[in-house]
Amino acid sequence: MTLFGHFISWPALYGQLLIGLINGSFYALLSLGLAVIFGMLQIVNFAHGAFYMMGAFAAYFLLALTGLDYWWALILSPLIVGALGAVVERLFLKRLAGFDPLYSLLLTFGLALVFRGLFQNYFGASGIPYAIPKQLTGAWNLGFMFLPVYRGWVIVASLAVCFGTWLVIEKTKLGAYLRAATENPTMVRAFGINVPRMVTLTYGFGVALAAFAGVLAAPITQVRPGMGVDVIAVVFAVVVIGGMGSILGSIVTGFTLGVVEGLTKVFYPEASNTVVFFIMAIVLLVRPAGLFGRAQ
Amino acid sequence: MTTSVQAGPAVDLTGRNRRANLIAFAAMVALIAIAPFAAYPFFVMQALCFALFACAFNLLIGYVNLLSLGHAMFLGLASYVCAHAAKVWGLEPVSAIVLGTLASAVLGLVTGALAIRSSGIYFAMITVAFSQMIFFVCVEAPFTHGEDGIQAVPQGRALGLFDLSNPWILYVFVAVVFLFGFLAIQRIVNSPFGEILKAIRENEPRVISLGYRATLYKLAAFTLSAAFAGLAGATKAIVAQNASLTDVAFAMSGEVVLMTLLGGMGTFYGPVVGAVIVVAMQNYLAQFGEWVTVIQGVVFVVCVLAFRRGIVGELAARARVSL
Repeated sequence: MTLFGHFISWPALYGQLLIGLINGSFYALLSLGLAVIFGMLQIVNFAHGAFYMMGAFAAYFLLALTGLDYWWALILSPLIVGALGAVVERLFLKRLAGFDPLYSLLLTFGLALVFRGLFQNYFGASGIPYAIPKQLTGAWNLGFMFLPVYRGWVIVASLAVCFGTWLVIEKTKLGAYLRAATENPTMVRAFGINVPRMVTLTYGFGVALAAFAGVLAAPITQVRPGMGVDVIAVVFAVVVIGGMGSILGSIVTGFTLGVVEGLTKVFYPEASNTVVFFIMAIVLLVRPAGLFGRAQ
Repeated sequence: MTTSVQAGPAVDLTGRNRRANLIAFAAMVALIAIAPFAAYPFFVMQALCFALFACAFNLLIGYVNLLSLGHAMFLGLASYVCAHAAKVWGLEPVSAIVLGTLASAVLGLVTGALAIRSSGIYFAMITVAFSQMIFFVCVEAPFTHGEDGIQAVPQGRALGLFDLSNPWILYVFVAVVFLFGFLAIQRIVNSPFGEILKAIRENEPRVISLGYRATLYKLAAFTLSAAFAGLAGATKAIVAQNASLTDVAFAMSGEVVLMTLLGGMGTFYGPVVGAVIVVAMQNYLAQFGEWVTVIQGVVFVVCVLAFRRGIVGELAARARVSL
């Protein structure tokens, strides 16, 4: 098959489709975390990429220092990094409540520099390999292509966590409190709910999602101090396309854009790095609030 | 409503303020005049280019309260266009710089038209994304030479008269470009147009209700800011004789925020002071490698938490003037 002057082979198409789904898994988890944080705190967490990177490093440290393997890391790393996020919220972000939200953005931007700089100091720019857990090595033969087990696992795990988060926020009592506190924090506080603690925990949870994505990514991309910077701009574009603060929107858009990016690599490789931003420009022209967002 | 980024009173150049600004301007010109004798001239010229870049950025954040986190695209694009025009097309430096500036102005108009529909953090994220797009375009486009950048850009004769390969003439040239940009931005801010920008910063719905098309004013401010950032980038290409991916990379967008925040957002002299400090920090702390990034991050956090007026903003507040 030829298109746009390129010869397209089916295996390459499936391969890029798979890579697109993998990237989409990370985009979805990261933009979901940003959406959760934005919904509650009304801030853009610029340190999100740094927390994603630290999630991967936490997995590496757990293995190197304590011998705890991938499966432990999948649980512990989000808890550790999420706790760090909660500390950041308590120590820094809380002080900026009532100021222009741009200050919170600048604060998280500064924190991202600090975190990345520290890790780059000690680990340089190159990646540290992190082995695929032995239960997930190998590949399945799907007939038309080989699917590495680990890649399939990443997609499934990301989907499960994304929809779990969506269920909790949209369908449970806890989620109802959260949504209510987003709409009217004063009123929810009057009902006797500790809103400041909820805000701290929400930030911690959003950060934990990023760390979870980091652990999932570790065996694929290697553990690198720069891994957050590479992905954050695309994730921002995903959030803009999906619509700020929409939970389901960020999940759907994350996966879709991952796939679109993957397909672009097959059909028009030169544009694969920019296609998401082009789509963002078009969406901004047609629907400034994003595909799933409500107009302000 | 939350408080706006710039906390000081609106700038009016009467009496006390006029005197304070005259003194500050005289001090700045005097410093520019003696700087090449006290410090490495190349370093001073670089600092002047970044100072103009920060002033351009400040036009948006300080007077319209729009935070652009993608201003590197304007610095970088102009730098590439200017370098290409001077080297490949053989244009004399002033035309090359004008061409670079125009390229950034057009980019500002196009990206601004899309980004300006949103405000606040949404606007910031859109500028990040656009600047990343321009970065990748610069990585891929043939005329930028990817990782190598455009090297050995000829400095040539400005307007066919002034030989810029002479370091002293080049220094005067850069100082003139900087002072032109600085005064032009000051003039814009203090013009009736600038008053409307400041009104939009304070209360946009009210400005709209008075019959002004706030969106158009914001777009004009964005385009002007892009053009001045471009002027800085194009001049920098002639000074450094190269254009590289560093100027268009995301880190550069962060640095200009840091310069402006540290010096004082919404002040005329703050971005200049901030730029000099940040450039000096990079030069003198270069041996500490990545610690520079950490220090920059810490300065960011400290400024945001405890020092929101910045150095010049704080001084001006103490002296009860606006600079």
